Amino acid sequence: MATIPASLEQLIAEFGPHKNYPPPEGFPGRNEPDEVVSTHCCFCGMQCGIKLLVKDNRVVGFEPWEEFPYNQGRLCPKGVQRYLQNNHPDRLLHPIERVEGAGFRPVEWDAAMSRTVSEIQRIQAQYGPDAFAMLSGVSLTNEKSYLAGKFARVALKTRNLDYNGRLCMVSAGAGNKKAFGIDRTSNNYSDLAHAEVVMVCGSNVSETFPTLIHWIWQARDNGAKLIVVDPRLTPVARTADLHLPVMPGRDSALYGAILHQLVKHDWLDHDFLEHHTSGFEEAIEAVKDYDLDWAERTTGIPKQKIMLAAEWWGKAATSFLMHARGIEHHTKGVENVSSCINLVLATGRIGRPYCGYGTITGQGNGQGGREHGHKCDQLPGNRDIENPEHRKYISEVWGIDEKDLPGKGLTAYEIIQAIHRGEIKGLLSICFNPLVSLPNSNYVREALEKLEFYVAIDFFLSETARHADIVLAGSLQEEEEGTVTTAEGRVVRIRRAVTPPGEAWADTDILLDLARRLGAGRHFDFTDSEQIFDELRVASKGGAADYFGITYEKIEKNMGVFWPCPSLDHPGTPRLWEDKKFRTSDGRAHFVPVPYREPGEITDAEFPVILTTGRVVSQYLSGTQTRRIGKLVDQYPEPLLEIHPVLAAKYGITNREIVRVVSRRAVAEFPAQIVATIREDTVFVPYHWAGAQSINQLTSGYLDPVSKIPEFKVSAVRLEPTGRKAPPPGLDPLQVTGGSPAHPSPQPPQPHAFGGPAK
Amino acid sequence: MINTLFKQNEEFFMDPQRCIGCHACEMACAECETNGQTPMIHVDYVDRAETVQTSVQVCMHCVDPTCAKVCPADAITKDEFGVVHTAKTDRCIACANCVLACPFGVPKRIETTQIMMKCNLCYDRTSAGKRPMCTTVCPSGALFYGTREKMRELRPNSTPVNHFQFGGKTVKTKVNIMMPAGSTKLVVD
Repeated sequence: MATIPASLEQLIAEFGPHKNYPPPEGFPGRNEPDEVVSTHCCFCGMQCGIKLLVKDNRVVGFEPWEEFPYNQGRLCPKGVQRYLQNNHPDRLLHPIERVEGAGFRPVEWDAAMSRTVSEIQRIQAQYGPDAFAMLSGVSLTNEKSYLAGKFARVALKTRNLDYNGRLCMVSAGAGNKKAFGIDRTSNNYSDLAHAEVVMVCGSNVSETFPTLIHWIWQARDNGAKLIVVDPRLTPVARTADLHLPVMPGRDSALYGAILHQLVKHDWLDHDFLEHHTSGFEEAIEAVKDYDLDWAERTTGIPKQKIMLAAEWWGKAATSFLMHARGIEHHTKGVENVSSCINLVLATGRIGRPYCGYGTITGQGNGQGGREHGHKCDQLPGNRDIENPEHRKYISEVWGIDEKDLPGKGLTAYEIIQAIHRGEIKGLLSICFNPLVSLPNSNYVREALEKLEFYVAIDFFLSETARHADIVLAGSLQEEEEGTVTTAEGRVVRIRRAVTPPGEAWADTDILLDLARRLGAGRHFDFTDSEQIFDELRVASKGGAADYFGITYEKIEKNMGVFWPCPSLDHPGTPRLWEDKKFRTSDGRAHFVPVPYREPGEITDAEFPVILTTGRVVSQYLSGTQTRRIGKLVDQYPEPLLEIHPVLAAKYGITNREIVRVVSRRAVAEFPAQIVATIREDTVFVPYHWAGAQSINQLTSGYLDPVSKIPEFKVSAVRLEPTGRKAPPPGLDPLQVTGGSPAHPSPQPPQPHAFGGPAK
Repeated sequence: MINTLFKQNEEFFMDPQRCIGCHACEMACAECETNGQTPMIHVDYVDRAETVQTSVQVCMHCVDPTCAKVCPADAITKDEFGVVHTAKTDRCIACANCVLACPFGVPKRIETTQIMMKCNLCYDRTSAGKRPMCTTVCPSGALFYGTREKMRELRPNSTPVNHFQFGGKTVKTKVNIMMPAGSTKLVVD
C-alpha cells in the first residue's frame, strides 16, 4: 500500500537530503545577533552546552558556552555544525500528503489533522485500539517524551507505544534495574578525575562522545590506567594502556573471566559483599570454569591481556567502568551489562568519590527520554505499567479511570513485526527513522508498505517518512522550550532560540491538537512547556526517577540538577549510592549470574566473517539531520567496509575495491578500507546511511530476550570482491594547494597486536 | 594595534598524541568570517592503513618567522605579542614563497582568491581576551590555550617544548608542543 509515492530521485530532489553549507562570509547578522541563546547541542547524550546566535528568527551561528560545567566550551564537529540544521532548504514548512505517483503536496493543517484523526478512528473502530501504534524517540525533550506517553495512552488509547531507546541503551536500563533498582549512571563524570583504573567497555568514546575524552584524559593525567575493550583500535583505544580487542559477541565471556580472576586472587571487597549485595555465590558459580585459557579461546583476546586487566581492576583503590552500545546491542545485551556490573560490585567500588559506573547514554535525551513513559512497559517516573499501585497513581495524576489505562504493549521491533504480520494497521511516528536505524531494513520497508495509514511528525522528510500518507511539519530542538537529562543524569534546560519556520508547528502543539481532536482535550490543557514539566514532576514523584524537586528556575540557577531530587529543598544527587541503600526489594545491590552463551548468529562455512556496525564522528544515528549538513557529510562521505589486511589478502580485496557483502538477509556493496585497526575476523561498516548504502539491510532482527534490543553488533557475512574500484570520495571543494604533510609527530604510535579468530 | 585585552601570560599548547581526529577544530576555525569557510588548522591521518593516529597542525608563530622573511611584498608581519599575522590582502601577490619556506607546512595559497592564508591566533578573539576558537572547542585537550602554570598543573607527565631542530637549524616558536616530561626540544630530522 504505502510504497513511496514517487521515484526516489524525485523525492530526493524535492526533499533532500541536500547538503547545507554556510556562505563563505557566514550568514548575515552573525556578528550582530538579536539574541545569544545558551542551550544545548541537539545530538548525543553529552548534551554539551552551546550558544546559538539568532538573527531575524534564524539561527545564524554558534559560540562556545564556556561556563557550562560539563563541556566548558568543548564541542565535537557535529556540535560546531549543528546550527546548520536550522535555516535548511530541506526543512518541511507545512504539512504534506502523499499523492500516488506524484510525491507529496502541501495540505492545510486542518485537513491534515482531520484526515489523521478520521483514519485513527477508522482503524481503531475496525481493528481495535491497539491496531494503531506509535513510535517515539529520545531526541525529544523530557516534556515531549512525557507528552508522547500520555498522548498514546490517554488520547490514542493504544498499548502499542514504544521508542527508539529500544535500539539504544535499553539493555543497560534493564541491567541497571536488576542490579540497583534504578536506571541511571551512578556517577557524574567529575568522578573520573582520580579513578585509578578507567575501563571503557564497548564504546568508541572518541567518535560517539568526543567531549567525554577530556574527562578520561584528566584521569590519565592524574595517573589512571585506561583499559578499552573494542574489536577495533578506535582513537580512544589507540591511547589506552591496555586494549582488549574482543571478538564481537563474546563480551560476557571476557567479564566472566575477569570475575573468575577476582575471586581466584581474592581481589574482592568482602565487607561490601557481605553487607550490601546479594547473589554473589550464584554469580561466581556461573563463572567457575572460565579460566584464562577458556577466555582466550572464547574471546580471541590473548590471556596475558585478560589477566592484566583483571589485575589492574582487582588491585585498584578507585575505578570507573563505563559501557555503551558495544556491549548493549546484543541478544545478550542485558547479560553483558550484568557481567560488567558484577565486576563493580565484587570490588565494592561504587557510591564513593572516584568509584564510578554507568552506561554512556547515546541519544540527546537518552536518559530522560527513558524515564517518562513513552516506553511500552513504562509510566512516568520510570514506573511499571503492570504494577497496580503505579497504574493507580498515574491514573490519578492524569484524571482517568485506571481501567482505561492500556497495559504493556509491544517493543519497537515487535511493533514492526506486528505491522508485517498485519496485526497493526496504523502508525504515528515522531523522532524515529526506523527504515535506517532498525536491523534487516528490507523487512522494515515491507512492513511500512503494509500500513493502511501512516502519519509522521518530522522536520525533514526522513527515509521512513517517505512512506507516510501524511507528514506533519514539526519542530527542531531549538524551536521549543524544555529540558533534557544528560548521560550524567543532569537535568538541563533547552531553550527556544527561534520559532518553527513557515507553517511548521511545534511538536507539542501537534500532539495537543491531535489529543483535542481525539476527544481527550481536557487531559491536555497545557499552554507552555513548563506546565508539562510541572505535571511530569508530580507524575514522577515517589517513582524511581523522581524529578519532583526540580524546577525550571532551579535548573537555570544551578546549570542543571541531578535526579533523584525528591523535594524542592533537595540539592539533587550527582553521585548515587553514597548511602548504600539500593532501590531493590532487599535494599542490596544484586549480582546476576551470567553463564556465557553464543550470539544470535555465528559464523560458518557459508558466512565466515563477523560483521559489526557503529558510528563515525561526523554523523549522528540515522543521519536525518547530519546527512544534510555539508561539512559533516564531506568529512566521511560514504560508508566504508573496514577490513584487516590479512582478511583482505585472503579474498584478494584491494583498497577501495567495491566488496559485495552478503548476509542471510541481504546483499550490499561497500568500498573497502584496508586497515590494521580491526580484528582479522571482523569487518565494520557504519550505519548512518539509507537505501543501498544501509548496512542495516544485512543486520539481523535477533532480539535480547529481556530488553528486546536488536543484535546490531554481530552478524555473519560473506565477502565477495567485485574487481571494481569505487570512484574517489568527494574532492576538496576549497581548491587549496601547498602545505606539506610534514607534521611533527613526537610520539609515534606503538604497533598493536590483534587477536586472530578464536579456534 | 595594541590591545590591552590580549593576555600575554597565556600560550598555545598542542598535544598531538591526544588528537582523536574529530576535526572540530577545523570546522570551528572555518566559521570565522575572515577565513571564508577555509580552516587554518589541519588534521590529518598519519597513516590510516596502520593506525587511527591523527596529527594536528596550526601556525607555530615562529619567533623569527621564515614566512615573513621570504615574503617579497612584506605582507606578513609579527606583532608585539609575537603573533605572526596572515598576509595582508592588499600586499600579498600569491607567490607562495611562504608556502614553500615554512618548516611546518602551514601557509596555504587559496586558488580562488589568489591569496595566502594562515592562522593569526584568532586575533579577533585573543585581542579581546578570549581563547582561540580551536582551543576552545577541542574536545580532547589536544589543543589548549592558557598559562604555563595551568598547563603544568594539568599535565604533570608532559613538558611544553618550543624548540624544533630541523637538521642544523633550530626554530623557536610561540606555540608549544607537549612532549614527555623532561624533553627540551623536538628533533624533526
